[in-house]
Amino acid sequence: MEPCPAMIASDPPPPIPLLQAEGLAFARNDEPVFGPLDFTLNPGDVVLVEGDNGSGKTTLLKVLSGLLQPNSGRIRLNGEDLTLARLSHQVALLGHLGGLKLDLTALENLRFAIGVFGLRSGAAPLPALASVGLEGYEDVPVRSLSAGQKKRVALARLLLVPAALWLLDEPYANLDKSGIDLVNRLLDAHARRGGAALVTSHGAYAFTSGTPRRLPLRPTP
Amino acid sequence: MRYGTTASACAAVIRRDLLLTWRRRGDALNPALFAIMVVVMFPLALGPEPNQLANVSVGIVFVAVLLAGLLALDNLFRGDHEDGTLEQVVLSPHPLSLLLGSKILVHWLSTALPLIVISPALAEMLHLPRSVMPVLIVALILATLLLSLLGAVCVALTIGMRRSGMLLALLVLPLYVPVLIFAAGACNAAQMGLPFLAPLLWLGAALALALVLAPLACAAALRISIT
Repeated sequence: MEPCPAMIASDPPPPIPLLQAEGLAFARNDEPVFGPLDFTLNPGDVVLVEGDNGSGKTTLLKVLSGLLQPNSGRIRLNGEDLTLARLSHQVALLGHLGGLKLDLTALENLRFAIGVFGLRSGAAPLPALASVGLEGYEDVPVRSLSAGQKKRVALARLLLVPAALWLLDEPYANLDKSGIDLVNRLLDAHARRGGAALVTSHGAYAFTSGTPRRLPLRPTP
Repeated sequence: MRYGTTASACAAVIRRDLLLTWRRRGDALNPALFAIMVVVMFPLALGPEPNQLANVSVGIVFVAVLLAGLLALDNLFRGDHEDGTLEQVVLSPHPLSLLLGSKILVHWLSTALPLIVISPALAEMLHLPRSVMPVLIVALILATLLLSLLGAVCVALTIGMRRSGMLLALLVLPLYVPVLIFAAGACNAAQMGLPFLAPLLWLGAALALALVLAPLACAAALRISIT
């Protein structure tokens, strides 16, 4: 029996997930690192990737950003297949390296990021630095900032770039209590704006607000 | 949301790298100092006879410039790779080849241009006839641009390795040899009063090819070696 046209019209269109992974697996030199994984991230989702050291959390984020090619499975970003050569501007990666030039000031580092990635509408470098608690450190070379302050500069970069999907590798590392709260606040605000985030953590820090979805990674035997 | 244009992304890379060069301007002079040291050694070893020095002056200047460039080559992507900014550049929505091309341009400006600026002084120290000087400078500009572009591809290939110095030299030298032969050949011909335009034109043709292809090869090599 054919459905009547009125029923079709009243159905809401299925939302396009921001990120969709199907049977995603990665192996290094024929040794499986993680997977196969299936998960979906909708706008507003914050997912905590949990796993022991060496369970492939960082590798997963690199695969999702397109820096590494998965051995099997597919990644879809806004319904489009993700390839390394055609990376979309939807992904912002906060790696454990930080991606900051130590000889440049915090402000110069952020200006470079804006030049290369673009600028989120309504965002500006100085307010972004202020909102991560680095007011007054704009013109200090990153080299002379502490590890936690460097992390905060990297977080300010996330606020400026237009990416909707944040891939955060151990964002809580090196941060004090107020820094951990700051990351949670930034994630909340990002989710409310319709963004999504995948956050790795070895489980030492818990989210203060709400219960995020968890994506457990187990080391493959 | 504003993603910016590719031109503004390239401008951001150029501005940042120039700023970094300025912050570490002492390091930027290393290749030029190295070339001066090499050239100063030769009259001491060969003797101060002007005719003898004039005969070998072109070769000495080019070898000094080539080795000085090789010395600076490894730093082209190394620093960016170690602090994670290279990863960010690769993730940029703009064409990686153009962003890397901008980096290569700044690298040439900061390492090769000082060498070209001091080269008349080096040649003068070795009694190269002044009439050959314009040919020397044109050949140096063409050759150093080619060396930077070819070298960048090799650096991109070896960036994944921790100690790549020796391998980089092995990869780069066969590519540098033809450039050296044509560039020094043009100057030697000019010194002997022979036509020198043909080797310069060959260098220019190779440069036109490398300008288009090397950044593309560099981007492909970088993607392979950071994964």
